[in-house]
Amino acid sequence: MTDAALPRPRRLSRLLRVNPIWLVLLILIGAIVALNPDFTEPQGYMNFLRRAAPLCILAAGQVFVLTSGGFDLSVGSTITLTVVGASMLLYNNEAATWWVILAMLGAGGVIGLVNGLVVALLRVPSLIATLGTMITVSGIGLMWSGGAPRGYLTDGFRAAGRFMWRDVPVIGLLPAALLVLIGGGAVLWWLMHGTNYGRLLHAVGDNPEAARLAGVPVARVRVLAFVVSSLSAVVAGILLGGFSGVSLDVGTGYELQAITAAVLGGTQLLGGRGAVGAALGGALTLTAIFTLLNFLGLPQPVREVVQGLILISAVALAVCRRDA
Amino acid sequence: MTSLPSPRRRLRIGPGTILLAALAVYVIAILWSGNTQFLRPGNILGMLTRAVALGITAVGQTIVILCASIDLSVAALISASAVLASVVMGGSTTMIVPAILAVLLLGMVVGLVNGLVITRLRVNPLIATLGMAMVIQGILSAVVSNFAGEVPRSFRSFDSGTVLGLPVSLIFLGLVAAGASAILNWTRFGSNIYAVGGNIDAARLAGIRTDRVIIAAHLLCSLCASVTGLYLAARLGSGAPWIGRDGMYDLESIAVAVIGGTVLAGGRGGIWGTMAGVAIFAMIDSLFNVLGVDAFAKQVLRGGIIVAAVAAYAIGSRRLVA
Repeated sequence: MTDAALPRPRRLSRLLRVNPIWLVLLILIGAIVALNPDFTEPQGYMNFLRRAAPLCILAAGQVFVLTSGGFDLSVGSTITLTVVGASMLLYNNEAATWWVILAMLGAGGVIGLVNGLVVALLRVPSLIATLGTMITVSGIGLMWSGGAPRGYLTDGFRAAGRFMWRDVPVIGLLPAALLVLIGGGAVLWWLMHGTNYGRLLHAVGDNPEAARLAGVPVARVRVLAFVVSSLSAVVAGILLGGFSGVSLDVGTGYELQAITAAVLGGTQLLGGRGAVGAALGGALTLTAIFTLLNFLGLPQPVREVVQGLILISAVALAVCRRDA
Repeated sequence: MTSLPSPRRRLRIGPGTILLAALAVYVIAILWSGNTQFLRPGNILGMLTRAVALGITAVGQTIVILCASIDLSVAALISASAVLASVVMGGSTTMIVPAILAVLLLGMVVGLVNGLVITRLRVNPLIATLGMAMVIQGILSAVVSNFAGEVPRSFRSFDSGTVLGLPVSLIFLGLVAAGASAILNWTRFGSNIYAVGGNIDAARLAGIRTDRVIIAAHLLCSLCASVTGLYLAARLGSGAPWIGRDGMYDLESIAVAVIGGTVLAGGRGGIWGTMAGVAIFAMIDSLFNVLGVDAFAKQVLRGGIIVAAVAAYAIGSRRLVA
């Protein structure tokens, strides 16, 4: 309301419209470069992008559920299930790589479908529904592996997370994970901002009752959002399995990091506003913060404290900006 | 005057119904498996006593959920309180009172900060308390990495003692629940909580200082969590920085409140429903043990049961949820 009463100078308003997350990211990258000049080498920034790729994909998928007004807490255990399940199915058989990836995507689709149907049709709040799937899915991973995963991830499966093309003109190095990130990011961006589905999703998140009365198939729109989120978790799991190997806690904590990244990018909790590009910026920013803390030699617990403080201040600032 | 159409009679499923159903399943399964000793009063009391920690936490969680807030920092606060208690006591009886005071103070500070961040900075409660959990857990893990300190033998009677044949801890849980229920039902503060949770704008227009209500609710919730930390220190003999997280008290306390009929959107529910939810969880755990369900399969079933119980309420409800 105050915006209408007091028009700001145009240049300033255009500057304010740029998502501040990119500015924060620039400052952080500047700090990293100042601390570690090697970062400007391809080896430095490409490694950074490779490490950020899983969180970027995951955050971009989480934005769909957040925009619809829900939460998806099951992505962390979906990542773990992807890595553990793939190692069990592959059992060091290189030829199985492709169908295992397809099987894992299928499993992710089923998890998303269950989440979506429980929320949309059984009317269970998504916090509880995805909490239930989180517990169940990690239980399935434990049962399947008997508590200690056997088998190995084949080199073919790990390529997505680990492989780098060398001697590429102009950029020098090109990690396969970056291609996955660009491809996945583009598909999610198009789905959110280039299709009618994205608009319906915003409508449902903003006011589900109004959307229903306007003829939006609310249940279908919601179910698809959960499926997108779970599929993004599987892709993130494939990338993570590629560079960190098999363990039962690969996915631990990723659901919160994904929500943090999306919120840093300005996604509004409880629905109605979300942008894929900004979530990617949020994920890069979060990874940059972790990288910076690493360079400063701060131990893991301090990272947790900093992540907590960032999360709170990002949301507080977003509230201030919206009211200003 | 136009008469309102009388509400259609629907099959209403309340926490009592679900508790009775769980009890019936429990008794039938135990009779079927032939382990009838699990129906003796001693075993039933033991089963309920194992749920005391979850119960105390869930009382606080119910209060914040009733005013449409939520607290994800309870697990971290439980760990921090247990460690603080056992470190301050350091095995000496004379330090029991200072340790209890220190833990309660910690709980009050955490609750106050949670409440202020939510009301003054208007940060979504989920995020505010999640951030708080990370801050507490991070500081705690930076300071201690294993079991720290020791609780004196006399303090351990908080867990192991009995009065008139009943476990002290169970009586304590009963008193906490009765106290909270009395506050919610019989005081102005209690009705303000329901008003704020039901419709915060209406509550504000009705002259309720909504911020104060939310802050006070968070204070109570954090106090309950820090008392749970004291109890766990008494039970384990020492505090470790992972006991809250391992017990999943944050998510489980929310789950039992919701299973007990408290609505996540606020304004509806109560303490006794939550206690029914805690009893249901205790029965599930005990039943899994009796039937010898594999630990991992247990986890899978548990997730399904939480969702199914909440879905049971939605039968007959037309409200959209997020």
